[in-house]
Amino acid sequence: MLRVEHEIHRRRLGRNLGLGLVLVAFVVLMFGLTVVKVTQGNGMQAFDHVLRPELVPPAQGAGQ
Amino acid sequence: MTDIRSTDLGVAAAEPGFADYVALLKPRVMSLVVFTALVGLLVAPVPVHPVVGFAAIVFIALGAGASGALNMWWDADIDAQMRRTRARPVPSGRIAPGEALGLGLGLSGISVVMLGLAANWFAAAFLAFTIFFYAVVYTMWLKRLTPQNIVIGGAAGAFPPMIGWTVATGGISVESALMFALIFMWTPPHFWALALFMKGDYENAGVPMLTVTHGRAATRRHVLAYALALAPVSVAAALSQIGGPVALAVALGANAAFIAGAWRISRRDDAASAADQHGVERRFFRFSLWYLFAVFGSFLIERALGAAGLGGW
Repeated sequence: MLRVEHEIHRRRLGRNLGLGLVLVAFVVLMFGLTVVKVTQGNGMQAFDHVLRPELVPPAQGAGQ
Repeated sequence: MTDIRSTDLGVAAAEPGFADYVALLKPRVMSLVVFTALVGLLVAPVPVHPVVGFAAIVFIALGAGASGALNMWWDADIDAQMRRTRARPVPSGRIAPGEALGLGLGLSGISVVMLGLAANWFAAAFLAFTIFFYAVVYTMWLKRLTPQNIVIGGAAGAFPPMIGWTVATGGISVESALMFALIFMWTPPHFWALALFMKGDYENAGVPMLTVTHGRAATRRHVLAYALALAPVSVAAALSQIGGPVALAVALGANAAFIAGAWRISRRDDAASAADQHGVERRFFRFSLWYLFAVFGSFLIERALGAAGLGGW
């Protein structure tokens, strides 16, 4: 079993920190991209991402 | 037996650091890819959301890094024989070849898929083709086969501005093709100047660079020929929709200086070159980087002026 104080942790500290930062940056980028994609999206339903005419807001006075 | 210490095996000295993995991605080449792809994306007539644009550039850079890792995996034997490249992570033994291959393939897949999701699948296919072109067509096939390796392989480095343009527009156009042609014509004189002052490196490694197969005098003439051929492409780009008066002035000035440098190289022989430690060739190589920066930067300036209601044709 690996102990916390194992020398491999010290030896690979820089590498692990670097990879950690890359992964955090990737998560942040994905989050930002998702927010933009969702806010820019058309009237779509989540389950198949296909445009649904029934989600498009009706025009003023329509249906009266 | 996970508790075994690598020092017991005597391998601690070869432990790669994070910087070694970054070096595997050829960060200097990546910086050029980022710049040219960014210009391609920003000068396109279709606006891109900043977050989408940023993500696209990151994934294009990652794709370029992936092809760099694949190049270092395949070329480790050549790199070990050249002064310029023998300290790279694979030939120096800091990173195992299999690890470089794994990283290259993994990042290739991630970058292509993510670019497809972030931007569009045409841009992603373009990036996949560029990685294939650099890693397989150039590195595995042409580099050891023909002195035209740099000429044809240079296409891989010329694709990024087209990919950037495709991210924005979803297609290609005359303007993006001109940006491609500009880097395509610029690459041979840039690398041949390097080959002229990295005397003996390519010969020792058995790489059929023009300096090895056709001699250094012929290479000097080729540098001038490509510099002359580059000028009309550069001027044509400045006269296109992405150009304008500023771009034209930069193109004329930069090409005049580029041709003058190439002319000086073509008029020298090896004795004169050795006498000043290849000073003219070194200056030309450095200037070639500034040339690309200035010409592509001028397209950005035209775009900024255009946004302010100025510039452009």
